[in-house]
Amino acid sequence: MAQPRADTETPSKIILTSSDLHRVVDRIAHQILEKTSGATGTVLLGIPTRGVPLARRLAARIHAFEGIDIPVGALDITLYRDDLRLHATRALGRTEIPADGLDGRRVILVDDVLFSGRTVRAALDALSDVGRPSSVQLAVLVDRGHRELPIRADYVGKNIPTALSEKVRVSLAEIDDGIDEVKLFGGAR
Amino acid sequence: MIKHLRSAADLDAETATLILDTAGEMAALAGREVKKLPTLRGRTVVNLFYEDSTRTRISFEAAAKRLSADVINFSAKGSSVSKGESLKDTALTLQAMGADAVVIRHPASGAPHRLASWVDGSVINAGDGTHEHPTQALLDAYTMRSRLGKIDGLKVAIVGDVLHSRVARSNVLLLTTLGAEITLVGPPTLIPVDIAAALSPQTKVSYDLDSVLPDMDVVMMLRVQTERMQDSYFPSAREYSRRYGLDAPRMRRLPEHAIVMHPGPMNRGMEIAPEVADSSRSTIVEQVANGVSARMAVLYLLLGGKA
Repeated sequence: MAQPRADTETPSKIILTSSDLHRVVDRIAHQILEKTSGATGTVLLGIPTRGVPLARRLAARIHAFEGIDIPVGALDITLYRDDLRLHATRALGRTEIPADGLDGRRVILVDDVLFSGRTVRAALDALSDVGRPSSVQLAVLVDRGHRELPIRADYVGKNIPTALSEKVRVSLAEIDDGIDEVKLFGGAR
Repeated sequence: MIKHLRSAADLDAETATLILDTAGEMAALAGREVKKLPTLRGRTVVNLFYEDSTRTRISFEAAAKRLSADVINFSAKGSSVSKGESLKDTALTLQAMGADAVVIRHPASGAPHRLASWVDGSVINAGDGTHEHPTQALLDAYTMRSRLGKIDGLKVAIVGDVLHSRVARSNVLLLTTLGAEITLVGPPTLIPVDIAAALSPQTKVSYDLDSVLPDMDVVMMLRVQTERMQDSYFPSAREYSRRYGLDAPRMRRLPEHAIVMHPGPMNRGMEIAPEVADSSRSTIVEQVANGVSARMAVLYLLLGGKA
């Protein structure tokens, strides 16, 4: 989820630079094309906040490689979270389902960081209230481990071993003042 | 986030805007095949209604149910209230049953404030006497924003029985917070002398509807509340209707884009003519639909997070 970013901690490491990030997105776009035999009948659904611009970038790259337009949408999962009572109330993100719907399509959920897996669980619940896709896949920019649910990604930009005390921050130019990078903060020194 | 919604004055511009934005997202979800959301699963919302109401009670009930809360409807008729139970004892009963939120409508102004001191859950004012009705103001603000694109700078006339209207009070407070300019219009007997100053210093008062209309973006007609009128505030219903009722010729004095609102229930032919109520400028049916979205937003924001 998007949180106001107070960059007070010193970054311990830059994991992906801007050019790394673009290469990773290109690779995932290629993998999607390969694994789905040309991405026909596929819909990309970004999970707000940073999954949405990522899904748009993937669609743009797929268009650049193969000249096909695949529908892109957004799926806000706030109302489906299982940790709502643990935090102050969150503002809702926008849900935009492509006009043709999801029934019978291959839906690829797109998020920036895969961590506990609870966001994806909530997304699967949200998805079932919107339509009935023929299959659901998951694409993430960063997999940082520490899963709490039996969930795995179909497309992973980069696996990053992390300590629980560390934080992964993804910045995307569309949202974060023109900066594209992934940083690892905190943890034991 | 605030804990209770007792008055529109509980809301600053930021919180009110958050509620309206959230209502917008809730409205978008209302178009889906599966309208139910799991958000408030396991939470209990009590509708405590000491006064008759159809749309507000049903609207709150629909909102709570769409968010998967358990809803208990309590109306004074047919309950221990008719045996003489006090509000406090009823409140303690609800408290013992573990209500997470109490939606209260009561004929006594201030009842929600008292209730909030007796229960642990959130208290939402669904109309207290002639005092306030904040969720009505929220749904009205939401309707204005979705029809006209903004609230800041809008010119809004609130017309009729301001004296008895909790809708008017809540709307003046909320809309002023959000930057609208309010003019209260009605016969002098139905506009309390100091009300404009008491609610907000920017509020204007006029006793002449015709001169006000050409400038307005929104005209909100209030119901003439005959049940609260023990004295005679105007000579006859016909005279009231002729001077302050919104009929078709008056509607034509409004600018092209202006909308006509009414919180319902309407007295057709009294404060609003049927052809106005049924015209494309009227948002009366829209207001009811928006009421569910606005109340879902309020319930989510008050109950969704950490208590």
